[in-house]
Amino acid sequence: MITLVYIELQKIFRKWRTYIGFIAIGILIPLAQWALYAGGMEGYQGMITRRLGESFVSGGSILNGYLLAFITLQGLYIHFPFLIVLVGGDLFSSEATAGTYRLLITRPISRFQIVTAKFIAGLVYTAALLLWLFLLSFVLSIILFGDGALMVFIEKIYVFGADDVLWRFISAYGFAYLSLTMVCTLAFTFSSLVENAIGPIITTLAIIIVFTILSFLPFEVLNSFRPYFFTTYLDEWRLFFTDPVDFSAIIKSAIVIISHIVGLYLITLFLFIKKDILT
Amino acid sequence: MFLSEIHSSISSGFPIKLGMTNFLIKCKFNFMNSEKVIEVVGLTKKYKKLIAVNNLNLNVYKGDVFGFLGPNGAGKSTTIRMLLTLIKPTSGNIKIFGKELNKNRKEILSRIGAIVEKPDFYLYLSAKKNLEILSKISGKEIPKSKIMEMLKLVGLDKRANSKVKTFSHGMKQRLGIAQTLLHDPDLIILDEPTTGLDPQGMKEIRDLIIYLSKEKGKTIFLSSHILREIELIATRMIIINKGTTIIEGTVEELLNSDSQKVRIEVDDINKTLEIIKNTEWENHFKSIEKNDLIFEIDKTKIPQLAKFLINNNIEVSAVVPIRSLEDYFLRITEESVK
Repeated sequence: MITLVYIELQKIFRKWRTYIGFIAIGILIPLAQWALYAGGMEGYQGMITRRLGESFVSGGSILNGYLLAFITLQGLYIHFPFLIVLVGGDLFSSEATAGTYRLLITRPISRFQIVTAKFIAGLVYTAALLLWLFLLSFVLSIILFGDGALMVFIEKIYVFGADDVLWRFISAYGFAYLSLTMVCTLAFTFSSLVENAIGPIITTLAIIIVFTILSFLPFEVLNSFRPYFFTTYLDEWRLFFTDPVDFSAIIKSAIVIISHIVGLYLITLFLFIKKDILT
Repeated sequence: MFLSEIHSSISSGFPIKLGMTNFLIKCKFNFMNSEKVIEVVGLTKKYKKLIAVNNLNLNVYKGDVFGFLGPNGAGKSTTIRMLLTLIKPTSGNIKIFGKELNKNRKEILSRIGAIVEKPDFYLYLSAKKNLEILSKISGKEIPKSKIMEMLKLVGLDKRANSKVKTFSHGMKQRLGIAQTLLHDPDLIILDEPTTGLDPQGMKEIRDLIIYLSKEKGKTIFLSSHILREIELIATRMIIINKGTTIIEGTVEELLNSDSQKVRIEVDDINKTLEIIKNTEWENHFKSIEKNDLIFEIDKTKIPQLAKFLINNNIEVSAVVPIRSLEDYFLRITEESVK
């Protein structure tokens, strides 16, 4: 199995499209850091304080590495699924397009091994992309701007001391990884059903967009359905930046996401084992 | 360079350029034995209402070069895909190396090398990298030196590090052969291996198949829709159409029966018919097709018939033997095209 995963990773990382996400993050984050450093923080600080009217007075600057890390994570997280599905949607379909299913399946390896190796390779790619985001948005921000207290606005203002921030980021990235794995798995499932990568990429993104819109639409009638939209749970990483942290909500969200991941993996496995390879 | 060793190896022992087909026919009983390598019983594949393969039975014996012949759409590729577990049969049983395929899949596949339809590879990887990947999942320990050895065998050693997307169809076909042989399989399944190749490439593939069979003792399962190709290299063959077996046997039995039809092109048909009247040739006369006379006759008597006509001042411009199987195969091929 290790050999198969290694082979799948070689396939992923020898394709140009794999690096689109890394390049995009590599350009966007330094740009955002530069923009914020060059004077954008007043706007952000003003946005927070305006919400509290005249009763809130802040002294000095809230600009530091932690805040930049939070802003870039929050900003890029919305677009992250686009980068994940570029590779997730290609995991199976590229084999169908190229006709290389025939090479794989006529070897003495099981279909279970093929599906699992691709799934693990997808997880590794997602982790690598998120790690790259972490390195640039968190580590680089700390290096450039130093640490300090973190002021964030999530329905209300929270201010965390410098010594109370690191674990929140690590936990948030951990949860974000779970959410993005869910996105990757969805693309992976669609990828196993079709013969070109465009279909799974567009379908996955369409589902995420539609469900996200439904999750946020302020209609009473949708309230009873929201718990069933997986997108409801994707940005729950933000709960780590509240106080007190609602761990029960986080655990519930994690269980829902993991259930989706396992369910989609099993569906893919079942369909792929039954699949006739006609390409 | 390509296959030069094979040429010399075969040529040294066998009159390959002059009489390869005859040689194969004469020798086939020497290497054919009763050990079944592939045994297919009642194989059927249905796609809803379409029956792609219908109750197919076939046996391939150790050392066979087994020709699997049929027009396009006859069910050849579907059968091969079932042999390689790419698709699942609706019913029927497949045994390979004497073992049930569905219960011993991994073990069986580790002893098979195959090209299915066309040789596809990871285009963004080099030829060498493709083979490295395939060697790792072949179920056998394959030294890295074997990869270059295989690339050299098929004449691609100088392009080992080129990406496959820069390869021509012929080069991909050669690489396909290399991946087929990489793990030294006992059974080689080749699905239309000469499709898209130029005449020289086709000959090279044919020579390679003969080499693998004769020198390496491999069993070859060769599918084709070209009768001539099968005739040149196969020892046994089966013809299928619409998913069903039409005929099975040795190439010699099927293609070289003593009695055969012959098409004779003459300058004056009426005069010819008058001349053969009340002679022994009248009984052999069958029909007139496209201004040619068709006789069914023992092939040893064809020269005598030609001589008879010439001696009676008939201008004979062509004598073309028509073998019944070839005639039949052409007919079903034409039908499938229509």
